[in-house]
Amino acid sequence: MSELPTTAVAPVVGAAVGDYVQILKPRVMSLVVFTGVVGLVLAPGHLHPFLAAVAILCIAIGAGASGAINMWYDRDIDRVMRRTASRPLPAGRMEPGEALGFGCVLAVGSVAVMGVAVNWVAAELLALTISFYVFVYTMWLKRRTPQNIVIGGAAGALPPLIGWAAVTGDVGWGGIALFAIIFFWTPPHFWALSLYKADEYAKAGIPMLPVVAGARETKKQMLLYTLVLWPVTAAPWLLGVAGPLYAVGAGSLSLMFTVSALRVWRDNTDRSARQMFAFSLAYLFLIFMFLLVDHGIGGGR
Amino acid sequence: MADDADGRSKGQSRIRARNRALLFVLLGLVALFYALTIVRMGGH
Repeated sequence: MSELPTTAVAPVVGAAVGDYVQILKPRVMSLVVFTGVVGLVLAPGHLHPFLAAVAILCIAIGAGASGAINMWYDRDIDRVMRRTASRPLPAGRMEPGEALGFGCVLAVGSVAVMGVAVNWVAAELLALTISFYVFVYTMWLKRRTPQNIVIGGAAGALPPLIGWAAVTGDVGWGGIALFAIIFFWTPPHFWALSLYKADEYAKAGIPMLPVVAGARETKKQMLLYTLVLWPVTAAPWLLGVAGPLYAVGAGSLSLMFTVSALRVWRDNTDRSARQMFAFSLAYLFLIFMFLLVDHGIGGGR
Repeated sequence: MADDADGRSKGQSRIRARNRALLFVLLGLVALFYALTIVRMGGH
């Protein structure tokens, strides 16, 4: 009788409900939802409040689906980086196929519900957002070029345009202005993070700008992007989407963002980069908050 | 032995929690489509 190797059968515990929530990247989702709401509120026209809520739900679920598929694809590099090692896939709490299947079902479901409930322009933009994040950013650019987050940032910038299209049924200049704000905000935001996480990105083989071009070049690029944000954030006011309150608020915030980038330029430690990363989150939130408040008091034309 | 039993009971409670979550999601979808139908047909 041949002796078979004895293997202990590990009990199949499986992923908890919280793990499914975690792979939707809820923190990213909250910013996506907020910018989507602003796009929806600022758009000219009227959408039934229930349909508006459904549109926001679809944007949130679509963003979550992108996050889940991203975590499925990036599970190898997530294991290497300390920041991401405790995620459900690299920690071994979830099977890769579960994450992929969950992400695909949510992606298709969110686009379908958006199309049926709201309109197909918004649904197409949502499908474009998910596809761009998964195929263009995650699978194509992220591991190949230091411009990964510059081009890939378009995916994160689309939610206010989806909100806008949910109301109007088309892509207006106001929506494009909101898209541009997030698009040009993304590089200095992520490069601030990658400045003090450069070692981890290098270890994972991700060609972030500080890894490839060095800290000095990254700081220069960050400063340039904060300067570009001056006219870009003024666009909603120039287009008549927002009024003077927003213009003053956005101008002040952009000045502070540029000052923050100047501090990073002069500082050789991580401290100012960490501060700029934290401020960049507040910057985007406050810019969109100014748009909301200004709209509330009837600031736009 | 005790570890195996612990793992099995932990696994079963997670499966139960997942099933409950799925039930709520499905009920939520039914309610969503019901409300959507009412709202979309309300204008006609």
